[in-house]
Amino acid sequence: MYRTIFPRDLFAEFDRLQREFSGLLDGTPSIRGLGRGGYPALNVGTSPTSIDVFAFAPGIDPAAIEVNLERGVLTLAGERKADAPPADAKTTVHLDERFAGRFRRVLSLPDDIDPESVAATYTDGVLHVAIRRREAAQPRRIAVQ
Amino acid sequence: MSTVTTPRDESQSHTPAARNEATLLPSVNVIEDAAGITLYADMPGVPKDRVTLRVEDDQLSIEGEMQLALPPDMQPLHAEVQRARYHRAFTLSKELDADQVSAEMNQGVLRVRIPKAAHAQPRRVQVQVA
Repeated sequence: MYRTIFPRDLFAEFDRLQREFSGLLDGTPSIRGLGRGGYPALNVGTSPTSIDVFAFAPGIDPAAIEVNLERGVLTLAGERKADAPPADAKTTVHLDERFAGRFRRVLSLPDDIDPESVAATYTDGVLHVAIRRREAAQPRRIAVQ
Repeated sequence: MSTVTTPRDESQSHTPAARNEATLLPSVNVIEDAAGITLYADMPGVPKDRVTLRVEDDQLSIEGEMQLALPPDMQPLHAEVQRARYHRAFTLSKELDADQVSAEMNQGVLRVRIPKAAHAQPRRVQVQVA
């Protein structure tokens, strides 16, 4: 009877789901991991010429964001101030979901990056860090003589 | 055949809610003071012209569409943000003046101000001593 209510093994399904979520990044994870959750949320993409990191950090003074690249480890740090006035007798906070405080996210980059050519731009609350890959690592077509 | 295809309202079918599309839920702060309510919503990646604010009856809905400058040949490697649209709706209460809603978008943060109707502004009631 239990089988008819749960035709498939429910727990195995949950297991599979969890594996799927944690396996969103394929391959073996780096020893420093790729932090999950946290602020700001990160999206990372690769192209033959660059590694692009997008940090979703709205409402921050761009000058106050620290972007450091040291030995292949990219660190994004800064502080997000609470723009809500301090709660006093006159104001009521009904919802308080937005992140406030200091943040820091670290990710390790592939070996073939060129630490000399990094560009960071901040648009509409998204920090885009573009790191070029070294020439040698870019695919080349070799002409057959 | 009795089925008649009714022409769809374009402005309606564009909304994610109408298309039943999965959207991101923006984080919000809602702060009420004596004169009204201020709502802050985090919608990083959404430019000013891609924000839609709608008040229908007592429903306030906010929507935004991300516009990221992605390199054309980029392959995603790791994605914590997996959708490009935000949507969230709130029910307003009667004392709020839905006609006086104002909004501004600054660096991915939407700020919406909804004042209270004049009759709902706080008044100090004098206590008479008998």
